[in-house]
Amino acid sequence: MIDAPLSAVSFAPLAVALPIFGAALAFILRRKRRTQRAVTIGVLVVTLCLEAWMLATVWDGRTYSVTLGGWAPPFGISMVVDGFSAFMLVVSTIVSLAVLLYATSQGLADGDEDGPVSIFHPAYLILVAGVSNAFLAGDLFNLYVGFEILLTASYVLLTLGGTTARIRAGTTYVVVSVASSLLFLISIGMIYAAVGTVNMADLAVKLPQISEGTQTVLHVMLLVAFGIKAAVFPLSFWLPDSYPTAPAPVTAVFAGLLTKVGVYAIIRTETLLFPGNRLSDALMVVAGLTMLVGILGAVAQTDIKRMLSFTLTSHIGFLIFGVAVGNQLGLGATIYYVAHHIVVQTSLFLVAGLIERRAGTSNIDRLGSLAKLSPLLALLFFVPAMNLGGIPPFSGFLGKLGLVQGGAELGTPMAWVLVAVSLLTSLLTLLAVARIWNRAFWRDAEDASDPDPLLLVGVSAARGATYDIVADEPASRYSDRGNAALLPNGMLAMTAALVLVGVALTVFAGPLFDFSDRVAGQMLDEGNYIEAVLGAGEGQAR
Amino acid sequence: MSTNITLLIVMGILFAVGIYLLLERSLTRVLLGIVVLGNGVNLLILSAGGRRGEAPLYKSALDAQEYSDPLPQALILTAIVITFAVTAFMLGIIYRSWVISRADVVADDDEDLRVSQQSTFDFEEDSPVPEDTTEFEGDESVPAGNTKEAGPSA
Repeated sequence: MIDAPLSAVSFAPLAVALPIFGAALAFILRRKRRTQRAVTIGVLVVTLCLEAWMLATVWDGRTYSVTLGGWAPPFGISMVVDGFSAFMLVVSTIVSLAVLLYATSQGLADGDEDGPVSIFHPAYLILVAGVSNAFLAGDLFNLYVGFEILLTASYVLLTLGGTTARIRAGTTYVVVSVASSLLFLISIGMIYAAVGTVNMADLAVKLPQISEGTQTVLHVMLLVAFGIKAAVFPLSFWLPDSYPTAPAPVTAVFAGLLTKVGVYAIIRTETLLFPGNRLSDALMVVAGLTMLVGILGAVAQTDIKRMLSFTLTSHIGFLIFGVAVGNQLGLGATIYYVAHHIVVQTSLFLVAGLIERRAGTSNIDRLGSLAKLSPLLALLFFVPAMNLGGIPPFSGFLGKLGLVQGGAELGTPMAWVLVAVSLLTSLLTLLAVARIWNRAFWRDAEDASDPDPLLLVGVSAARGATYDIVADEPASRYSDRGNAALLPNGMLAMTAALVLVGVALTVFAGPLFDFSDRVAGQMLDEGNYIEAVLGAGEGQAR
Repeated sequence: MSTNITLLIVMGILFAVGIYLLLERSLTRVLLGIVVLGNGVNLLILSAGGRRGEAPLYKSALDAQEYSDPLPQALILTAIVITFAVTAFMLGIIYRSWVISRADVVADDDEDLRVSQQSTFDFEEDSPVPEDTTEFEGDESVPAGNTKEAGPSA
């Protein structure tokens, strides 16, 4: 195995350990809110620096592994750092940090007395730890543990406050997640019975030796388990049901990270454990249906958060399409598209939180005048919305272009159908976000049905020659909290920061595409991974 | 690989019972289903360890073949702990649900019902566009009288 002596990669376990210890500390400090906040933010910043260092180490496309506890692989627990996992770590931690600062600003603006905020920070750090563990896991069981860590934290975050709606959404979410985890555990048991190992590199060597039929069964079971977590049609119905009821920052971070961990696991399954695109036709059918059903659901919604949840499931289809295409072009574009989608979908949910705060509702039938009331909010919505719809020159366009090129290079009739479906889906996405734009931002609040008094007060204030966004009459639950309480600067700043990260994905698309292409090439040759974990010689033994 | 047939039969029964309970609408039954199913999975992993043998503690006299496989047991321990934590959390949720609504069943989503019942006709998008609104003054095709009212309504 390649053990890089004292490089960033040796510290990879810290990406999991730091947030866990931070969570413990934050929990001890639950009565001291300021210290708790400082600890949580500090831990995430340090973790982000560490992960950026790791990404710099593997930027050239090498794979490293770290073995824990002194047990040699394949028996010990190994963590694998390659371009893909390091890239996912960095993107996910950037997003988590931005959302955390957004939530902190929201808490500061509202006063921390509302709700059990003391549990928010520890649970949040545990979530980050689980996500990092899943990205770094070098064996299937550790991947399962990573999933369980992040899911358990997500149960707590989703039911924060224990209101009727959240408990209702929470029960469905918990039961579905537990069912998928049990399915994953069953698959692990079957795989262990079939080949006697759970180390992914070892599995990549040994799985081809068992019979074709058994391989297919195991392959399908893993894909179903991960498909539920990634919200792939027809296993996606839990998502739009449970996400929208959570607090805005929680929904945002869930939308960004949780489903992508499932997609990450699917990509590893398809490239490392069961390479050769045996199920790619089935995956393509599923990908096309995920896109279409998801986006048709989005068009039917009138609530912004629910609409965004449906676009989220719909765009998972693009990622599955890239995986199903399976050539270097498609896989590289998928890696780029994952990053794009994490950032853009999270920023849109943050904007939805701001809209709900500014206007008292997220139902587009009741919204209006927002472009006039807060031009900055309109800009913050417009950029990621166009990005999601795939309008050039944004990263959504570049990612989709890459996927379409990958599909065209494959050139099978199925791939062409999928290319057409993906273009249609982009168009429908544009329709969905344009509906939000037209109603919430462009029309007058007087035209809306039953608009919140906040909007109308704001309109008359804005007409009085000033663009002051704060309602000066006590018309709402927030307006008695003083100026700038409706749209706190910190929340706006963090949303803007995330929107800028999305724009940066466009600006630096050249180097990023080179990188993701290199990583895809490296992942398609699973010898690299096997050699990094098990040592030289095993990789060539295939 | 030889396995214990009794364990397999018990495992099958646990799976059947677990899945049946999981499909119920009452939350406590769903929880029981999860617990039973979790135990079934643990038995599955145990069976995956192969034939039985000595406890995997090192004895110099024993050949490596004589030990039972320790890895599945380690996996089961972890799985038990995780199922335990999730069960405790679900009990908390079920109790909360009972406190709030005095109901032990999975409730319907109000927003889902509302969306499914809403009219397919959307007033703003589907109304026929009036022919006499144009922003171009003096457009020949439009009667002059109408153009004045047709400016963007403030």
